[in-house]
Amino acid sequence: MPSFSRIVLGLFCLLVAILLLAPTLVVIPMSFNGNKSLAFPPVGFSWQWYANFFSSPDWTTSFSNSLIVALIVAVVATVIGTLAAFGVSRAAARTGGLLRALLITPMVVPGVVLAIGIYAVYLDTHLVGTVTGFVLAHTMLAIPFVLIAVQASLEVFDRRLETAASSLGAGRLTVFRTVTLPLILPGVLSGALFAFITSFDEIIVALFITSPYLKTLPVQIYSSITRDADPTVAAVGTLLFLATSLIIIAGLLLGMRRERT
Amino acid sequence: MHASQPSTGAAIEIRKASKRYGAFTALNDIDLDIRPGEFMTLLGPSGSGKTTTLNLIAGFTDITSGTLEIGGKSVTGLPSHKRNIGVVFQHYALFPHMTVGKNVAYPLALRGIKGDERAKRVRRALDMVKMADFAHRYPSELSGGQQQRVALARALVFDPPLLLMDEPLGALDKKLREWLQLEIKRIHRELGTTFVYVTHDQEEALVLSDRIAVFNGGRIEQIGTGRELYDTPATLFVGRFIGESTVLRGSAEVSGDETAMVIGGQRVFAHGRLADGARPVILLRPERVALKRVGADVVAGENRLTGTIAEAIYLGSGSKYEVRLSDGTTAVARSPLGAADFVIGDTVDVTFLRSDLILLPDDASADVTLT
Amino acid sequence: MTATPDDGAPNAAATDLAQSPFLSRFRPRGPVWLATPALFVLLLVLAYPLGIVLWRSFSDPAIGIDNYVWFFQSAVNRAVLQRTFVVAAWVTLACLICAYPYAYAMTIVGRNMRLALILCVLVPFWLSGVVRTLAWVILLQDSGVINSMLRGIGLPPVKLIRTLPGVVIGMTQVLLPFMILPIYSVMKGIDTRLLPAARSLGAQPWKAFLQIYVPLSLPGVYAGAIIVFILSLGFYITPALLGGPRSILLSSLVQNQVLSLLNWGRGGAMGVVLLVATFLLLAIAAPLMRQKHTASRREV
Repeated sequence: MPSFSRIVLGLFCLLVAILLLAPTLVVIPMSFNGNKSLAFPPVGFSWQWYANFFSSPDWTTSFSNSLIVALIVAVVATVIGTLAAFGVSRAAARTGGLLRALLITPMVVPGVVLAIGIYAVYLDTHLVGTVTGFVLAHTMLAIPFVLIAVQASLEVFDRRLETAASSLGAGRLTVFRTVTLPLILPGVLSGALFAFITSFDEIIVALFITSPYLKTLPVQIYSSITRDADPTVAAVGTLLFLATSLIIIAGLLLGMRRERT
Repeated sequence: MHASQPSTGAAIEIRKASKRYGAFTALNDIDLDIRPGEFMTLLGPSGSGKTTTLNLIAGFTDITSGTLEIGGKSVTGLPSHKRNIGVVFQHYALFPHMTVGKNVAYPLALRGIKGDERAKRVRRALDMVKMADFAHRYPSELSGGQQQRVALARALVFDPPLLLMDEPLGALDKKLREWLQLEIKRIHRELGTTFVYVTHDQEEALVLSDRIAVFNGGRIEQIGTGRELYDTPATLFVGRFIGESTVLRGSAEVSGDETAMVIGGQRVFAHGRLADGARPVILLRPERVALKRVGADVVAGENRLTGTIAEAIYLGSGSKYEVRLSDGTTAVARSPLGAADFVIGDTVDVTFLRSDLILLPDDASADVTLT
Repeated sequence: MTATPDDGAPNAAATDLAQSPFLSRFRPRGPVWLATPALFVLLLVLAYPLGIVLWRSFSDPAIGIDNYVWFFQSAVNRAVLQRTFVVAAWVTLACLICAYPYAYAMTIVGRNMRLALILCVLVPFWLSGVVRTLAWVILLQDSGVINSMLRGIGLPPVKLIRTLPGVVIGMTQVLLPFMILPIYSVMKGIDTRLLPAARSLGAQPWKAFLQIYVPLSLPGVYAGAIIVFILSLGFYITPALLGGPRSILLSSLVQNQVLSLLNWGRGGAMGVVLLVATFLLLAIAAPLMRQKHTASRREV
């Protein structure tokens, strides 16, 4: 390609990169606002919104609720999703394809439709505002992510190694423990991370099945945005932004190191 | 597993074994006896049933009908991990997350062998394949040939009475393959373990084996030493698969104990006759053929067919000629150094003794392209 | 055994073999039943709830298709439905325009630059959608960043929040990673040696790009477009926070019917319409997403 089009391409990509990242950065100055307002520009400087996040029960309980639910979901969805990934990738081609299509439907069902359905069911079964209710719904939403992550590593896993292990005297469970699992572990772990974040960030279903007694962090953020102009929400946004960026940078560095060895 | 204490190899007895996958028959009613300590090669083209046979012995797949005994015991229904058989795969199958040492120690760990004993045996196995210096490397840091040597050590470290090898050298280049063939032969001699070796490479089979079983279309065509298979093939398929050959076809006339065949207007005589109904063909080994200028003296018992040199290849140790006969058949001849030279286009007499002809029943399935 | 039995010579038989007990017999099997727990969860929290929605749309308050008749007879509803599709189309188009060059750039730059570009995609991809929408609220609001900048250079403020363009802008930014990632994953598999090859055969650089590269990248484009379009159709948070009464989308209407009006039948009917539209789109688009040019791909 001529260098002129390279320059145009470079400039364009710079703009896209700015579009991707910059708008979110606006929460950072807002989180240090001296006034209780989300109006721009912020006035003065203050840590009070961070202090508020760590001391206000509304924020701390919703944060710990989200953490608890997401941790349980990460464990449950990873186990269930990994099992399913084995089922899918070792089934006959057609059965496997059908099963996979079925198991990833949660990704394409419009959130609100799902949310009203789950809400209806939870109203009848008294699961509204319960950890069980959240875990169930979020597990269902997280299964596709685990499935895809584990399946990807199963695809590159050389199953002939299992044959070899078997010929060397390993029974089925030993083969899984000593050969299969260690080799697909990166996929399983990234599946767990996906599951955690899916649950931690989930809002639509949460908005419906939440109760005053059990709120998750996204619900709290949402209601804070709609109800008042409390800059605490910008402080939370900043913290989440930093945490997300750190995890991704760590992941990328880890991936790079693995590439090198 | 070392020379001073050779383990006894296991015998294998396969009777009327068949393996079917739905409508597809991979193995059709085979009988195969392998003696303790023998080096038996299963030779055949792709899809001939040789790997299926190996998989049956290893326990990777179940027999559909028939019996299979290893070391005098039926192993039907016994899963592969309880058969105590070493297997070496074409694709090495080393565990990428374990070092060479851990790979070789793996079967020992499964057998509850610990500590010094385990370390000693790992060391010995790696010494045997000359890989002791690589114990701390990962498989990805090794070349193909090195990986296969480690795989061999891993398959032998637990002293199995039987070692199965499935085209273990198939992925390696020619030089390395030849060297490893000799290594495998040496190890076999040292250990006394029964080796069953699958390959589609007839030269490899000839180099390695005590005996060779030639597979074709899910059946065994012939079992014998390399010499037997070359000199007295039982079927046209075996004759063509092992070594080079020329196949002559024509209308046959049988009189007494002699068969005459008319090829492009010329008559060729062969000793022997085939059972009634079988259409005979003549198989001719290139080194049994002598090319002579047209009009040379006729030796007693000699057949001759006239043809034109289509290709002349200088091989160093001699020359190889392809001669187009009048009926269109291409005959292959090898002449030793010092024999008369011919160039493309020369008209020659292709001569051969009646006693050197191999008379075989025709078999269309032998005409599939052999690689 | 070797995974592909050398003995499975006939190709037709090879497919049979893949399904025969041959391959599963000796392996630590992962039979289909391992998926049962996952299927059970899906049945419980996906199929059953959707079944309830479907059932209520035909039965609440009375058995029949009244709710659907109501939905399609109301001009307001039809307008919302149409707007939802139009917004989805605009968002998809905007994402595609931004994503294609970006994804292409990701495949041709050096390692460090690529990492930076990937980081720019992954951070928004993983960051909570509510937080990113919050950022847009701060940017677009009447007292927001954009308007205070306009005021700063002496221009009149622009109404951005609670307008359709505001919704489209916000949704585009939130959904952009979903377009970039599939396109990139296809593009990085395209053999870049094809372009010099085409040029050596006499094609001009731009022609080579359009005739060789673009067709090969289409499966990624289709995949990204369908994902973004489907997500747009069901998008709720961003339009709810950035939109106003005149830019309401179907999801908000559903939510409103159920949570505010407690009208499960009508809300359900709208939900079913949304669901059916989504699955119809998927069914139509699924064949497009399949990678057809596998021969020209290479491992990267």
